[in-house]
Amino acid sequence: MQHATTPLALEIHGLIKRFDRPAVDGLDLCVRTGEFYALVGPNGAGKTTTLRMIAALLRPDAGTIRIGGIDALADPVAAKRIVAWISDEPMIYDKLTPREYLEFVAGLWSVEASLAAACANELLDWLGLEPHADERCEGFSKGMRQKVALAGALVHDPRVIILDEPLTGLDAGSARQVKTVLRERAQAGGTVVMTTHILEVAERMADRIGIIARGRLIAEGTLDELRAQAGTQANAQTRDAASLEDTFLALVAEPAQAA
Amino acid sequence: MSAASGTAVWFAQHEWRLAWRDWLSMITAGRRERLRKVVVGIAAFFTFMHVVASWMVGRYADAAIDKQTLIAVTATALLSWLLMISQAMESITRAFYARSDLDLILASPVASDRLFGVRIATVALATTMMALPLAAPFVDVLIVLGGWRWLGAYGLIVAMGAAASALAVALTVALFRVFGAKRTRFVAQVVAAVIGAAFVIGLQVAAILSYGTISRVAVLQSDTLLALAPDVGSVLWWPARAALGDGWALACVLATSMVMLVAAIAFVAPRFGDYAIAAASAGNSSSAVVRRPTAFRSKGSPRSTLRRKEWVLLRRDPWLMSQTLMQMLYLVPPALMLWRSFEHGSGALQLLVPVLVMAAGQLAGGLAWLAISGEDAPDLVATAPLPAGFVLRAKIEAVLGAVAVVFAPLLAALAIASPWHALIAGGGIAIAAVAATAVQFWFRSQARRSQFRRRQVSSRFATFAEAFSSIGWAATAAVAALSFWLALIPAVLSLLVLLGAWLMSPRSRDA
Repeated sequence: MQHATTPLALEIHGLIKRFDRPAVDGLDLCVRTGEFYALVGPNGAGKTTTLRMIAALLRPDAGTIRIGGIDALADPVAAKRIVAWISDEPMIYDKLTPREYLEFVAGLWSVEASLAAACANELLDWLGLEPHADERCEGFSKGMRQKVALAGALVHDPRVIILDEPLTGLDAGSARQVKTVLRERAQAGGTVVMTTHILEVAERMADRIGIIARGRLIAEGTLDELRAQAGTQANAQTRDAASLEDTFLALVAEPAQAA
Repeated sequence: MSAASGTAVWFAQHEWRLAWRDWLSMITAGRRERLRKVVVGIAAFFTFMHVVASWMVGRYADAAIDKQTLIAVTATALLSWLLMISQAMESITRAFYARSDLDLILASPVASDRLFGVRIATVALATTMMALPLAAPFVDVLIVLGGWRWLGAYGLIVAMGAAASALAVALTVALFRVFGAKRTRFVAQVVAAVIGAAFVIGLQVAAILSYGTISRVAVLQSDTLLALAPDVGSVLWWPARAALGDGWALACVLATSMVMLVAAIAFVAPRFGDYAIAAASAGNSSSAVVRRPTAFRSKGSPRSTLRRKEWVLLRRDPWLMSQTLMQMLYLVPPALMLWRSFEHGSGALQLLVPVLVMAAGQLAGGLAWLAISGEDAPDLVATAPLPAGFVLRAKIEAVLGAVAVVFAPLLAALAIASPWHALIAGGGIAIAAVAATAVQFWFRSQARRSQFRRRQVSSRFATFAEAFSSIGWAATAAVAALSFWLALIPAVLSLLVLLGAWLMSPRSRDA
């Protein structure tokens, strides 16, 4: 559990992004250093749009984003240096081997060669990719591709890791491995922000959970804190035993009814 | 009204619906509201092509059935047929390897050979339908000026489409057996591209061999060829005779081609499922092992890292490389010209310069699309801590570097023959390559590298702008070799093409 005094790794205020309709609508969000933060919400709530703006893949219409104290909109290059982004669909190069892919990523982030080589070997070993390290990625399963992408994200030692549905389509073994890596990363002082549809994952792994609906953060906190927030419209018996799923459904139901 | 499910007619309806929607989507670039404009555009182009056709073939409308006419018609038909075989081979290979609905069909309890029979027939129909609009202006002009006998040309096109598809099926299956499922896709596409390129190369070679004469195809009218050609009664002339209105020859040619197509369907359709399954298995086979690098090379700058990545990806993808470098086949005629110039010391070098410039523009356009739009990990590159524009600059350097590597030897050879022409060609190559790259940059849109062949339908405007720019710079170089100041006219026109492209591009609206 992180204390409120811990410095902020991510600070978002009044974030707005509109496409045909508002996708993110005045979002405020703060994540502390070393925290594992899960962002959950119904389809179309604005989770992926939010993460893509943090990763500088989308430019917000309004609002501020600070990563590790750096204004990500004013100085995106400096912010990118400390961030890693992984999408639900791992984008890697079929014609490169995992080792070459890591070499390429290290080159983009200007990681010193010997350091990058040592880190790459460690990651390949850690993620069980070593036997396939010199095979081209074209025949890899989705789980293996996701692990290569994860290794790429970690090879430049980011302070903040942003993941969009990283466990989608992974088998149980690969999902556990990815979860372990992320958990260890957070324990080592890194900050992890991820979206997920698997509420059980958020419940088990995250220090804090943010619930987003219609582009706004409607609730935030630990599972107990969320239960308490949801408890305003639930009776005491269901509140105490409520899983995150019950809590989530109770919370997202309110703005939907209000709309 | 729908046919009973599982029958050949039912499958044909299914295929027709898919083909129609695919075609509509292709010509409107996925925007149905554009359909009216597209139809008007096609009609205008078709009318214009009739004018061009009347200028090109009008004088041959009354041609008699003699040896010279038969040679010319046969050569034209043969070259066109090569293009049709190439097109059909592409379609058949795609049908083997595209997984889209094959899993569903092969897992269903219907007799899949009916569908595959229909699918081969559809390839034949599509091949014919693609040739008809291209040939129609010429045939129409000949009918109007020379009479109804020229209607036989339409019959010949149908026969050519059927025979080309039958031959393409046989060739692809033969490649499947010789090379196996894993390599057939690549080999078939290379063979198809080579056959297709033979059409253009054939035309250019004929023009080069006729250099110095008034006619561009004088070689087809040479005494040597006339002496070697068989008698007018020979079976070899039947296709040409069919086009010229000989009813009996047309019936025979049509019947032969249909028998070929039916035989191909009867032989291949029952085995099509096996080939498709083998192709799918090949796709899942283990990947190539790359020799382990001796040292981790992240010493270079991010820019050199990006350049190296582009070159490695291109080098490791034989299909993409073949698709890109296939354009180099068009350099065969200039090489022939260069050789003839060395031999005879003629002024043909004048013609070589624009061909080199044109080829460079086309090659750069393809490579630029791969590097700029065909990025398979756009998020990774976009989230790298590099200033805006840095990545693009590195990619553009990779493209221009590759173009330089390809054309340097040709320029060196040209410099030996004529340093002045080499200088002009070098300048033209550089400008054409930069211009084509700029067009791809302005019209960039994210796509998978595997969609390389679809790049020309993703933005028709970019395709035309790239082509006209290359043509313009080729013309500029050709004129510059004669008169530097005169070359300013095509240069200004080429710049106007680029300006128009920029104004029409999404980037100018963003600016």
